[in-house]
Amino acid sequence: MKFHVEARNVVKRFGPTIALDGARIAITEGETHALVGRNGAGKSTLVSILTGLQGADEGEVLFAGEPAPALADRDAWRQRVACVYQKSTIIPALTVAENLFLNRQSSGGTLINWRALQVRARELLDTYEVDVDPRALAGDLGVEQRQLVEIARALSFGARFIILDEPTARLDGPAIERLFTRMRSLREQGVTMMYISHHLDEVYEVCQSVTVFRDARHIMTRPVADLPHDELVAAMTGEATTAYEARLHTPGDDVVLSGEGLTLAGRYTGVDVSVRSGEVVGLAGSAGSGKVSVAETLAGLRRPDAGTVTVNGTRVRPGDVTAAMRAGLGFVPEDRHHEGFVPLLSVGENATFPIARKLGRYGVVFPRLRRAKAEEMIGALDIKTEGPDQPVGDLSGGNAQKVVFARALVDDPRALVVINPTAGVDVKAKQALLGAVEDAVERGAGAVVVSDELDDLRICDRVLVMFHGRVVKDMPRGWTDHELVAVMEGIED
Amino acid sequence: MRLARFRDLTLVPVILLLLIVGAVLDPTFLTAGNLTNVLQQQSAISLLVLAEAMILIAGKFDLSLESTVGTAPAIAVMLVVPVAAGGFGIGLPGVLVIPLALLIGAAIGAFNGFLIVRFQLSAFIVTLAMLIIVHGFLQGPTEGKTLFQLPDSILYLGSAVWLGLPAAVWIAGVLFAAGIFGLGYLRLGRALYAIGGNADAARAAGIRVDRVLYGVFIMGGMLAALAGILETGRLGAIGNNMGVGWIFMVFAAAVIGGVSMDGGKGTILGALTGVLVIGLVQNILTLIGVSGFWQPVIYGSIILVALMISRIAGGKAQD
Repeated sequence: MKFHVEARNVVKRFGPTIALDGARIAITEGETHALVGRNGAGKSTLVSILTGLQGADEGEVLFAGEPAPALADRDAWRQRVACVYQKSTIIPALTVAENLFLNRQSSGGTLINWRALQVRARELLDTYEVDVDPRALAGDLGVEQRQLVEIARALSFGARFIILDEPTARLDGPAIERLFTRMRSLREQGVTMMYISHHLDEVYEVCQSVTVFRDARHIMTRPVADLPHDELVAAMTGEATTAYEARLHTPGDDVVLSGEGLTLAGRYTGVDVSVRSGEVVGLAGSAGSGKVSVAETLAGLRRPDAGTVTVNGTRVRPGDVTAAMRAGLGFVPEDRHHEGFVPLLSVGENATFPIARKLGRYGVVFPRLRRAKAEEMIGALDIKTEGPDQPVGDLSGGNAQKVVFARALVDDPRALVVINPTAGVDVKAKQALLGAVEDAVERGAGAVVVSDELDDLRICDRVLVMFHGRVVKDMPRGWTDHELVAVMEGIED
Repeated sequence: MRLARFRDLTLVPVILLLLIVGAVLDPTFLTAGNLTNVLQQQSAISLLVLAEAMILIAGKFDLSLESTVGTAPAIAVMLVVPVAAGGFGIGLPGVLVIPLALLIGAAIGAFNGFLIVRFQLSAFIVTLAMLIIVHGFLQGPTEGKTLFQLPDSILYLGSAVWLGLPAAVWIAGVLFAAGIFGLGYLRLGRALYAIGGNADAARAAGIRVDRVLYGVFIMGGMLAALAGILETGRLGAIGNNMGVGWIFMVFAAAVIGGVSMDGGKGTILGALTGVLVIGLVQNILTLIGVSGFWQPVIYGSIILVALMISRIAGGKAQD
């Protein structure tokens, strides 16, 4: 059988670590092939080898049965394979048109003809039905539009094989649906795709076959259609695991976190939230629904135009994170890279920031106390680290997120606000993180969980659905995916 | 592009305002003689602004340019003139003095590039050290003395008049035109923006990032040497302090001209308007008799006001 793309027996070492150990993948022409695996399984390394950014130490890469071009021949690589990387490769200060034709702005001759460039960009965007103005600055585009520009650019080199590396990580529900529609139409045009994602339901939705990597090795390749969900998870984790089982909570009577009449112009209007001790309340909605803003307001990160926030019986000054924390609130922010941790500082320091005042006297932090507390948190959350002194920047995504959780939980909060708790982490870390939320709730805390993922919301006793800045429905446990999504999209009220 | 062009011209009203203010304050201001004088005084420093603008757009930094201004021509002169005139006594032919100076400038730029691109050191610290070292290479060999007896060839460009305008003004004008054109319409020029905006993305697009950066630093060194040659011709001597302190004005002109310190943003035309604003302010302050000792307060204030205006206009917080 002839494959459109094939990697055989690939070995890649980085110093002492083996990133790929005899790994292989074979992708049939015209299929959408998923590549899944836990963080560190070697997916990213395979992407860089398949795109010619790095050479393999051993093994070979074939395109349509032909050996891959030399590494230096970037043009030849670009005609065979296109990639939309996890990290945006758009240059914000340049226009869309220039980004599309970066380093090949002039079609002939040496001079750049800006008008002709715009026309070419327009044609390219029209070909792939991307509704973006080529004259706009790329930095002014939203995440989804930027990604579409990247896809159009990737395809413009004439490649019939495209790699999408976690394209849905930063998109909201409807945008993901539009991406999938686009992927299906590309497939109808005969484009072969390799799709990388942490979301297994997406794999079932758009892919025909799936390859699993674990610990730098190839584990299996199977058609998606007759592959049970549990078996796929087992292949990824190396052990039989079941889907996360949400526990039953017994909410108490005292309200530990509440927001009343919260209004912030352009974000949300008249929102009331009230969380009892021992209760998990979900906040759901599409990207523009205001759910993240409401959660950030509860945590004191945003200051509302009107309304009050009460944490554990104390009315907190609006927009004051420190006051909220003193009152007993723990917070996991939306983007851990941005607000979650300081990458150069150690695990111990990051985890104990909120209680630094309790770990010493007169502004001095005692290293011994901090170390002890940090080790306790590392144990409690099962953080895989060399010890409390390792910088958080060196940890994998899942473990870094656990450090963020440690920071939120270190003061044993009465109220917990977590936003997208499981973004960009693998199956096992996801279960550990959801478990940590439920553990805290069983100790008597009340939690607010904001998430784009329905799986995260399953631990909630009730879910408040927001639409255009208002809470439109309070759904008790027992909803189906379809019901919840319908309300989020405003299809049903 | 359209938006960028518009942003280039934000300083034009300021320039017009300065022309009006100058004309009102002093009748000699709006004479051809005075304005030519402004242009000539700014021609040398403007080349540094051109160089710094390119380096900043590519996302790097070069403080050492100001030291190259004095050192490159001085060393070139000393290789040519006899010992009695302060030379090394090597006695190379006088016509070589300009090529030699440019070569020294290029070598300094290449060394900066080597440390920053190859060794991946911080551009700020590297060029700060180089600012000190390169200036030392002016003070050391001359032992702090001023070089007076210069070959005619190095004096020509800075003192000649072509078609009624000083040659230095023509040279700066042509180089700025080349810069505006090159950064706007050549792939290589656009590569600077790509590298300054997102170096990884530039590499993924097939741009030879390291090579381009080397080129930018070398070009910067050569422009600084040329600025030194023009300044030498204008003053007729190479003083021990030539170029010292210029770099603050250079950054001021580039930044108020809209070139971002974070890289990837700004244009050469914008940088040029920045130079003109600084030059006009300097001229007006001198004409109305503000003491040179007080002028720094005004320049510093201009930078702050320019930053505040761009913060309000742009709306984004600056790092």
